[in-house]
Amino acid sequence: MRHGTTGARRTYFAVYAALVALTVITVLVSYVHLGMMNVVVALLIASGKASLVALFFMHLKEESRLVWGFALVPIFFLTLIILGTLSDTLLR
Amino acid sequence: MEPVSGESGSERGYLAERGWRSWAYTMDHKRIGLMYLLTTIAFFFIGGVFALLLRLELLSPQAKYFSNHTYNVFFTLHGAMMIFLFIIPAIPSGLGNFFIPMQLGARDVAFPRLNLASYWIFVAGFLVVIASLVSPMDTGWTFYTPYSAKTGAAVATLSFGIFLIGMSSILTGLNFIVTIHKLRAPGMTWHRMPLFIWGMYATSIIQVVATPVVGVTFLLLAMERLLGVVFFDPAKGGDPVLFQHFFWFYSHPVVYVMILPAMGIVSEVIPVFSRKPIFGYKAIAYSSLAIAFIGFLVWGHHMFTSGMSPLANALFSFLTFFVAVPTAVKVFNWIATLYKGSITFESPMLYALTFIGLFIIGGLTGPFLGALATDVQLHDTYFVVAHFHYTMMGGTVMGFFAGLHYWFPKMTGRMLNEKVARIAWALVVVGFNVTFFTMFIAGVRGMPRRYAEYLPRFHAENVISTAGAFLLAIGILVLFWNLWQGLRKGARAPGNPWRALSLEWQTASPPDTENFHEIPEVTDWPYGYGKPKGPAA
Amino acid sequence: MSAPQDGHNDPAVAFEAAKLGVWTFLATEVLLFGALFTAYTVYRAKFPELFQAEHLKLNRILGTLNTVVLLTSSLTVVLGVDAIRRGKARLLQLYYGATVLLGGAFLCVKYIEWTEEFHHGLFPDTNIFFSLYFMMTGLHGIHVFLGMCVLTYVVVLAGRGRLSADYTTPVEMSGLYWHFVDLVWIYLLPLLYLIG
Repeated sequence: MRHGTTGARRTYFAVYAALVALTVITVLVSYVHLGMMNVVVALLIASGKASLVALFFMHLKEESRLVWGFALVPIFFLTLIILGTLSDTLLR
Repeated sequence: MEPVSGESGSERGYLAERGWRSWAYTMDHKRIGLMYLLTTIAFFFIGGVFALLLRLELLSPQAKYFSNHTYNVFFTLHGAMMIFLFIIPAIPSGLGNFFIPMQLGARDVAFPRLNLASYWIFVAGFLVVIASLVSPMDTGWTFYTPYSAKTGAAVATLSFGIFLIGMSSILTGLNFIVTIHKLRAPGMTWHRMPLFIWGMYATSIIQVVATPVVGVTFLLLAMERLLGVVFFDPAKGGDPVLFQHFFWFYSHPVVYVMILPAMGIVSEVIPVFSRKPIFGYKAIAYSSLAIAFIGFLVWGHHMFTSGMSPLANALFSFLTFFVAVPTAVKVFNWIATLYKGSITFESPMLYALTFIGLFIIGGLTGPFLGALATDVQLHDTYFVVAHFHYTMMGGTVMGFFAGLHYWFPKMTGRMLNEKVARIAWALVVVGFNVTFFTMFIAGVRGMPRRYAEYLPRFHAENVISTAGAFLLAIGILVLFWNLWQGLRKGARAPGNPWRALSLEWQTASPPDTENFHEIPEVTDWPYGYGKPKGPAA
Repeated sequence: MSAPQDGHNDPAVAFEAAKLGVWTFLATEVLLFGALFTAYTVYRAKFPELFQAEHLKLNRILGTLNTVVLLTSSLTVVLGVDAIRRGKARLLQLYYGATVLLGGAFLCVKYIEWTEEFHHGLFPDTNIFFSLYFMMTGLHGIHVFLGMCVLTYVVVLAGRGRLSADYTTPVEMSGLYWHFVDLVWIYLLPLLYLIG
């Protein structure tokens, strides 16, 4: 159940490095004008960073399906409220 | 499993310890449940008084006793109190707190300290709400912008109060979810859980997912008033309908928070008083989850006349019809349970059967509102008022009364006077239908809601409805007087007066603080009534 | 009948229950911030030019700096959890103490940003973009502050010898919360500062 190994710590530092790198990339890309692609790229990178934090820092990678359920279900509802509201506001 | 007549223990059980500190600092889920029950029942009465004041005013087509503004305050307070301070917390935080651990074979909820905190946060919330009454809201319980952002009432204070009450609701739901996942007695698989638990599980999911949205909504409303932030103010580019989206994203699912626990109680009571196993256990269990899920997809059906896009209107209307399916599944399974059962009509059963009848009426009037064309005619009329009173009062409140009567012996160690209980029931049922059925008629004939004055052609319905309301009030008074008398002078209750099979009945009445001396080992579901090897029919 | 386990007294069950409890709480937080993200999406779609123009008035450098601060604080948190899993309470105190300091640094930078914005006449009631900006970063800032309080409490618990390799629950649970706070900012950065 518990791993306090040096391997684990190495992973944490690697993930950290990736997170900082992705941050730098997303900021640099924001200075380039890509129109709609700016939004797509920025959100993709953000989601990548979020996944790294969730999987490795929050240890989701090692968790049971039950915990995964608790983690993913709210994302579904978030999508629902955004899309449901947009179905109205975007198309009036 | 043979029902045991109740383990021996101190006669007062969990009620033995005295002194205000033993209540204020208690971590016993049973005491916390009782405190919630008493608090919510108090608000039921206060909210009821406002209802009677409204009905009094509506005896005459002209505003006679109160100004229009005062009338608006009264229906706002009636709605807000009944919804936030009674009907949402009553069954979940009251009866749920008491009986979820007991039905699961646990000693308490997963986080007892959090449970106590939930109660005190609830208290803080309603104290803040009461404080806001120095300048009471007149917006209706739906607090629509732009009016709620501009009215002179103490909106920010009220918003904060409701935010706190919402927090209490969220923490309770969180507690129940973890309790149900982790603290079931050994051998109690998900499919051996009582159906009340399934209902409470689905309810808790809704509470956890939906309530934060309304919390933020009230926060934004308060910020709009205090800091002038632009979210809902059309003058600055904001969208008042966005408020409605946020408000109803919570407030529609919350009606399922109201009804699912009551349905759970009905699922408990019907088999016991038919001496028959529940028909379609899995269907009923999963229908609770289905109702919770579908309930999240339909919030726009409260906003058909608010100016949403045609696509949104069509989508929400289409989805609305689906919620009838799992609901009907429950009704058919209850009826199938009754079929060829050995039915007796003790007060819990009377209320459970009443629930089914009145909820069918309430539920069937839903599609009229879900269909776009008819909704345009019926929106904001008394048809809507009748619909939600049939579902919320004919449904939830009857279920709540069923639960109160069913579990009264367990909670208090006393039996109720059945004769008086039945008299109260009769007054309540007649009073209720006279009050609210006439509202369907008035609504279809065009009487708008939230008006102190109305056209003379609606006079007859209003007089009848008011008469019904006072009859209903008398019935409710008799009901609670009977509970009070039962507390004081009721016959001592055995551990299992109804010869029921769920685990809460395998304890003394009232139970000891620790619920079970030994955590039971579960080998079967709790609905094995009338079987040859089981307890006698 | 064999003596069945009593879930309440089993530390393994208690740990899993606490974990489920925290993830449930985080679910509520997703919806809490989610409503604001919804408002953001609605208004961005409605007023693209406003968002285009106004977002440039934010200090991208400070926003980026704050992002790195929070990411670093997430690292110190996970190292703190790792430390207590190995029974090293003192090391945990150092890491969580560092996290609190980084959280404080985040709030300081936020303070600088906000005063700069006020100085330029940009307030919560200036327009929809800044209403969203101040509300979202404000709500997030409150969560950072509350997280700092909780983490400080964990440091105190460690000092009192209440934490060990066998009892890491407060550390792990508060850690999860802190990571969530970081997660929200990971989205706030691009949405508010970067996309035009």
